[in-house]
Amino acid sequence: MTAVAPAPAGVLDAARQSAETGQFRAQDWFAVLRQQGWHTFQSLPLPHRDDEKWRFSDTRSLSLDGYAPAPAPTAAQAADLIARSRLISDAAGLIVHVDGHCVLKPTLAPELIAQGVVFESLEDAVRARPALLQAHLLKHPVTLGGDKFAALHRAWLRAGYVLHVPKGVEVKQPFVSVTWTLTEGVAVFPHALVIAGERAQATLHDFHLAARPDQRALAISAADIHAGPGAQVHRLAVQAWGAATQSFQVDNTCGERDALISSVNAAVGSRRARLENTVRLDGAGADVRLYGISVAAGEQEFDQRTLQVHTAGQAKSDLLFKNALLGKARTIFSGLIKVAPDAQRTDAYQTNRNLLLSPDAEADSLPGLEIEANDVKCSHGATTGQVSPEELFYLRARGIPLAAAQELLAQGFLEEVLAKVGHDEAAEAVRGMLREKFHQA
Amino acid sequence: MAEPDQEEAQRAAIEVDRSKGDFKYEENYAFDAGVGLTPATVDYIAKVKGEEEWIREFRQKALKIFESLPMPTHWATADLDNIRFDDIRYYLSKGQKPVRTWEEVPDDVKQTFERLGIPESERKFLAGVEAQFDSEAVYSRMKDELEKLGVIFCGPTEGLRDHPEIFRKYFGKVIPAGDNKFAALNSAVFSGGSFIYVPKGVKVAQPLQAYFRINAENFGQFERTLIIADEGAEVTYMEGCTAPKFETATLHSAVVELVALKGAKIQYVTVQNWSANVFNLVTKRGMAEEDAEVRWIDCNIGSRLTMKYPGVILRGKRARGEVLSIALANDGQHQDTGAKMIHAADDTTSNIIAKSISVGAGRSTYRGLVHIPKTLQNCRNNTECDALLINEHSRTDTYPAISVRGRKNSVQHEASVSKVSAEQIFYMMQRGLSEGEAMSLAVNGFVNDLVKEFPMEYSVELKRLIELQMEGSVG
Repeated sequence: MTAVAPAPAGVLDAARQSAETGQFRAQDWFAVLRQQGWHTFQSLPLPHRDDEKWRFSDTRSLSLDGYAPAPAPTAAQAADLIARSRLISDAAGLIVHVDGHCVLKPTLAPELIAQGVVFESLEDAVRARPALLQAHLLKHPVTLGGDKFAALHRAWLRAGYVLHVPKGVEVKQPFVSVTWTLTEGVAVFPHALVIAGERAQATLHDFHLAARPDQRALAISAADIHAGPGAQVHRLAVQAWGAATQSFQVDNTCGERDALISSVNAAVGSRRARLENTVRLDGAGADVRLYGISVAAGEQEFDQRTLQVHTAGQAKSDLLFKNALLGKARTIFSGLIKVAPDAQRTDAYQTNRNLLLSPDAEADSLPGLEIEANDVKCSHGATTGQVSPEELFYLRARGIPLAAAQELLAQGFLEEVLAKVGHDEAAEAVRGMLREKFHQA
Repeated sequence: MAEPDQEEAQRAAIEVDRSKGDFKYEENYAFDAGVGLTPATVDYIAKVKGEEEWIREFRQKALKIFESLPMPTHWATADLDNIRFDDIRYYLSKGQKPVRTWEEVPDDVKQTFERLGIPESERKFLAGVEAQFDSEAVYSRMKDELEKLGVIFCGPTEGLRDHPEIFRKYFGKVIPAGDNKFAALNSAVFSGGSFIYVPKGVKVAQPLQAYFRINAENFGQFERTLIIADEGAEVTYMEGCTAPKFETATLHSAVVELVALKGAKIQYVTVQNWSANVFNLVTKRGMAEEDAEVRWIDCNIGSRLTMKYPGVILRGKRARGEVLSIALANDGQHQDTGAKMIHAADDTTSNIIAKSISVGAGRSTYRGLVHIPKTLQNCRNNTECDALLINEHSRTDTYPAISVRGRKNSVQHEASVSKVSAEQIFYMMQRGLSEGEAMSLAVNGFVNDLVKEFPMEYSVELKRLIELQMEGSVG
């Protein structure tokens, strides 16, 4: 565990960033990567209202003031949160972070270790596996507008994990990572690096949680997901930070030839949460499925930006984002399918469905296509509407109160995406969070 | 594959027809505002046109806005930076007043229009023709009975001078000068166009028509149109645009405002076939009051870059807005078109159907905006945009923006991209059609349900235009 200076210092504190970077002096490349992040961060302005990639977002309230990294939790705090982290009983491994400090390192079954499976904290991997990390860590450009936040993530990068499933190894049980915010005003920068070798199979569950429901924090997370030829990666990412948190998530997903990637992003937490996910289909036969599900309530803003880039032909991508909105919440879905000039025989689809459960909620939708090849099948669809009055009437005629009927129908609406999680216990955990959200609202 | 002879014949056929607008006449303009844009240019235009002071002030204010606004290249194509505003002539005129009969029109101007087929159109069903040659209307005629009904059909100068009580109220209100950079430019230097007023309850059975043409090289055309349909009135307006080919780029930047008062209906039809060096940057918007309907039918076949997103502000209850759009982008062309629907009252409905075809290295783009604010209920929008890609390097983009709040509002948006299937072409060729014929049949099938909505003369012309474009695209 790293020692942290006791004096409170902001996340924009250059001296503190530099001192932290100094701790990686033995890992020259990593110190350089962090420094580059810091320089880039300082050179970029905060997103502006006129920035097309931030269209509809509330850029006025964006602020990085008043957040700072926090010291490690006490042993008792850590033990409590580790106990609360055991959400998945058949996990192949569990790693737990609190306020950016790894408090539980994973223990893998001996046969997985024998097969060369790596699941360890990013800090350990930086020291032990420089070659693997240098090949995959933060290699892709930020394309969807979160450059400044991604740079800050890079500058403070330390927390997170690395999962490497080597060629031909298939692991059915999920690798589970739980990241907590505990201290009020903490800044955390969790990273997920996932590499599945040729024909390897891996499932991972990322939970981003808050020790207290009303927690204020700044969370800038990022993920690099790489599926080699014929590999399969299934990911569930749950964003359930505290209600006063600002969250930015910048993910990059890349599938090589015949790779299959499916990812489900579930969002319930944060005051504002922005998700950027860039997917690259780099090989023929690659198949990437992106799913999103959220219940937005109160004055929450969920800002979802996706990009499906087809660089290789004969690949397939599919996207489905469903949002249920309560109170004065707002969701923004902005998705783009980009088909490169030579990516013939592409199949690419994109669907966004929003359910407005309150007259004050707002759903914005920007589904986009940029197609430069002609032999393609591409489509997108976006709908925004209310619960059907006939269905509501049917339930109420059977004595179900209005609120309960609405909730039932909304849950039915979201169930389509929950079915894609592919792991009953994890799906049930998410279902529970969604249900709780309806009851709070 | 078509036989070489056949291809040759096809090409020849295309050449003949494509050159329809490819000719020009000697320029000897009586009034020429010179090259470049300064406050003096604007004053010159206002003076030549003998405009009142408030119009001059409106122009000067718009010029300041134009200068202060940046090029919208943060979302639009960088091709806009190729417009050299300093090399453009902003006003040209032969000093002619609109004349009443065809015989009085100067011979060379008449020749131009004859080649474009305007007198024929007039002889058919058209109720009135307002043809514009560069900046001023040179020919204007309307059937007497319409005049008796109180229909006004004139240019902006006459409209603002002779009927200020009608036009001033709405002029620059649907599209204020500050709306965007090109609307500001138009507001500063506008000249020519149509001002139309249809009185209460008058239903103009035959479409009114205007034909726009750019003759001089490096000339920008900035026509201004304002159509007001009073309560319960109905009118259809059709415009066609052509320009001869020049070596350097030409700019066309119009502003079209439609006002449909309670229960009125306005239908505005455009067939745009500018030559492939014209920047066509047009702002078109309609305002629909209670129970009114505004319908834009927009076809873009020509130009180098078109940026045009006809919109409807649905201001009154039960107002209805519709945009039907067809775009065809061939080599070197970018058709950046779309629609905007701003719902501003309860129970309003809007419909957008856009179809685009990209041929060769052409690029077509759909941009849409649907906005339903939170105070409203029972609003509906339906948007469909379909793109057809013909060749390997054809390109299409779709960028809709949909924002919905409020009670019982619903929107649905769908877009698809496809190509003409090899099976379809094979099937038709097996039955004796050439590949070009098969392709154009398939493409016409793709747009057919939209073309059916068009006035008859236009749907025939459009089908033929599409056929010509398609025949050159395969083989």
